[in-house]
Amino acid sequence: MKEKRDLKVQAIERGTVIDHIKAGQALNVLRILGISSAFRATISFVMNAPGGKGKKDVVKIEGKELNVEELNRIALIAPKATINIIRDYEVVQKNSVALPSYVEGVVRCINSNCISNSNEPIKSKFSVLQSEEEGVTLHCLYCEHVISEDLAENLL
Amino acid sequence: MVHGRSSGCLINFKKFGAKVISLGTLYESRMSYKNRHVISMKDFSRKEIDYILDTAEKLEPVARGEERSRLLDGKIVALLFFEPSTRTRLSFEVAAQRLGGQVLNLGSVEASSVMKGENLADTIRVISKYADLIVLRHPLDGSARMAAEFASVPIINGGDGSVHHPTQTFLDLYTIRRESHLDDLRIAMAGDLKYGRTVHSLCHALSLYGTEMTFVSPPELKMPSEIVRDLQKNKISIKETDSLEEIIGDIDVLYMTRVQRERFPDPEEYEKVKNKLKITGDLLKNADPNLKILHPLPRVNEISPEVDATPHARYFQQAFYGVPIRMALLALAMGVIE
Repeated sequence: MKEKRDLKVQAIERGTVIDHIKAGQALNVLRILGISSAFRATISFVMNAPGGKGKKDVVKIEGKELNVEELNRIALIAPKATINIIRDYEVVQKNSVALPSYVEGVVRCINSNCISNSNEPIKSKFSVLQSEEEGVTLHCLYCEHVISEDLAENLL
Repeated sequence: MVHGRSSGCLINFKKFGAKVISLGTLYESRMSYKNRHVISMKDFSRKEIDYILDTAEKLEPVARGEERSRLLDGKIVALLFFEPSTRTRLSFEVAAQRLGGQVLNLGSVEASSVMKGENLADTIRVISKYADLIVLRHPLDGSARMAAEFASVPIINGGDGSVHHPTQTFLDLYTIRRESHLDDLRIAMAGDLKYGRTVHSLCHALSLYGTEMTFVSPPELKMPSEIVRDLQKNKISIKETDSLEEIIGDIDVLYMTRVQRERFPDPEEYEKVKNKLKITGDLLKNADPNLKILHPLPRVNEISPEVDATPHARYFQQAFYGVPIRMALLALAMGVIE
């Protein structure tokens, strides 16, 4: 039970542990989840932790079980992340993140002339596609611009 | 507002509680146009495009003033033009009036509530209460798609930023069908293929017809590689060259566009390109006798005036076809033709 030992070290009573985040992306994971200084729960994270498959980041959010839609956004920047829901120090649920087919208000369109970058009362909207050749790409539903790299740079 | 379609993507939109805006991927067999927005060519299947072209053809005698119509009697069309475009605005105005409808003009942007800082969403919500349909032209990319989210009447996109101008593409397709043929077509598009939204949208639409395409441009203004790749994925035969002479004998339609001086930092380079991509009487000596030349206009000097009198020149007729096609779109979107 290696994972249980790992989590004992982290020792949270209840909440969510996001594991196997690509090294260096922990802060972006917090951003993509909309976690800022106004967030009241205890957050801790480890960056560049040694793991079986190289370095990784881990984020722990205490007292809060994030919902599937929130968590799947993480797949945009850390497609191999796993989500552990902890209750009473035990992992009660362990899932991989799944790439959402649509994201709203998460990423800024890179086209400066896009209506979603103006003062209109709308959120950015993208359909998310994945192909072998191009990897993950976001397609703006307003201006049809395609974002294929630097997703983390364009988080809202 | 979007009817007659079902799409895997749309189901997911609903799941996340987002307002459904069309991606136009899959269509039900029953076509419906009433209250449908006209935002992008990608929202239309080939069957739907054909039906719109058929409708335009039926309305052509009215567009020419030979027959009278009261189809839009009692209907008001609002023209919201946030940037100047005389030709598009006038042809919409003519289309509405020929069908007996009335036109509400925004007037100058400087004198409107926009200058007081009103956003487009509010403008659209208000004008939706005054008119039965809104034609929108706006400098920002994606503005028409957003307007459709806030409108309670159909929106027709009269050009948004550098992305879409679907009524231009409909009229280009209509011109090709009327003056040449859409099936087994061999077309060359020439000029500025890099920045020209007209040619991008046209080649997407023509890919639905399996058209053979040749792109003629200087290397600096080549068709973007992602568009070429998409077309090739759809098994469209593509040839790229920088010489009109080389291909003039092998095509049915030549779609010419303007090369803008500001695309070239070096004026000498511009002069060289400009002279190379020019349709002259000499060039046409080797053309197929049935070759038709189209141009979205305005032209500058890429087509010599001597070409105007030849049977190849169809660009002024093309401009006229903007009227019946816009009549068809207005009538279908307002549901006065089923």
